[in-house]
Amino acid sequence: MHSTDVAQADPGDLIACPQCDALYRARMPDHGRRAVCTRCHTVLIAPRRRAGMIIIALAAAQLVLVLGAVWFPFLRISRQGFANEATLLDAALSFSGGPLLLLSLAVTALIVLVPLARAVLTIYVLGPLVFDRPAPPGALRLFAFAEALRPWSMAEIFALGCAVALVKVADLAHLSFGPAFWMFAGLVFLTVIHDRWMCRWSVWHALERGYGARKAQVAA
Amino acid sequence: MSGASGTITAREAGLVACTRCTRVWAAGTARCGRCGKPLVSRDTHSLSRVWAWWVAGVLCYIPANLYPMLRTRMLFTTSDDTIIQGAIELATHGAPVVALIILIASVAIPMGKFAAIGWLAVSVRRGSRATPQARHRLYEIVEYIGRWSMIDVFVVAILTALVQLNLAASIKPGPAALAFALSVIFTMLSAQAFDPRLIWDRAEDDTRARTSRA
Repeated sequence: MHSTDVAQADPGDLIACPQCDALYRARMPDHGRRAVCTRCHTVLIAPRRRAGMIIIALAAAQLVLVLGAVWFPFLRISRQGFANEATLLDAALSFSGGPLLLLSLAVTALIVLVPLARAVLTIYVLGPLVFDRPAPPGALRLFAFAEALRPWSMAEIFALGCAVALVKVADLAHLSFGPAFWMFAGLVFLTVIHDRWMCRWSVWHALERGYGARKAQVAA
Repeated sequence: MSGASGTITAREAGLVACTRCTRVWAAGTARCGRCGKPLVSRDTHSLSRVWAWWVAGVLCYIPANLYPMLRTRMLFTTSDDTIIQGAIELATHGAPVVALIILIASVAIPMGKFAAIGWLAVSVRRGSRATPQARHRLYEIVEYIGRWSMIDVFVVAILTALVQLNLAASIKPGPAALAFALSVIFTMLSAQAFDPRLIWDRAEDDTRARTSRA
């Protein structure tokens, strides 16, 4: 493909690398293959067969795990006859009082609210698309929001934090993992697969078409 | 897709690209018609925002290291530990691997991030001998790794919630926990404010200048 070719094409058929601005003609690669920016190697398009259905299933599983992980204790401690259990919410809200309350809110958001919001938004936005329905109202905005939340979802970091905490108080008291820890470990695993299967360009593209369908339906 | 030598940027083609959804529009379009993000060919205010968050991050990082992170109360003793003291204690108590994780996450990564973002921002202005590929790689690493610094804050949260054993032992967070969390958040915002397209623009201008001189 020549550069003049790209310059004269309809902008709607093009794709620009979000990292380095290199311009390409957007062409869907075969399933399981990826279109990569030749200059900075950012993955541009990576479709997978039946990815939509798998992503929705993953998001539903994530939703259940986050809710479960909030209610069950994730660590149990005992020393000299005293024992204590902590749930995820206890940990998130542990910095109570004074300016540390801010930290409580931030931690709650990072480990509970953001993963929860991402799962709900994913189901809401992609659900109708997978079942060939028009895109739901506000789908583009909400998907953009879900994408903006991505770096702030810190479930996997929290899981590693649990392990560090376990070692840190090992000589202070006896610690054991509760059911929520294993749910959290599962959540981390699902999040990684979720990000692997999600092809952002395909979603944007489908949403754009889905909106066309929606407008047509409203007009009819 | 075209080869590396034949790449043309959206700006060179008289177009503007959306960095969120990668849709391309005619130059001068104010807002992405697909995802609604305001469009700019190059974010000219990018560097001032990068430096503003960077300074905020560095400022918060200083008290984060000076004040105690954890306040441990045992039966008759109370001890205040800063980040470094906590790591040293872990290392001397036979958990060198965990001490290393804490040191990497709380000291090496934040320091490395400050240096890397600062250098990238300067190199965009002044040019650099490093190839844009290498600098872009560095930017990707910084963006990916920055969140992991949050681990120490989570450890403090977990311990505070858990170790409340009446008289036997209790743990409370110190003021450094808030300062450290803020430092991590500000540095993440600093990295996000950076427009990586600037790395490639400058490189292209340099090559052009070199070829025209020759």
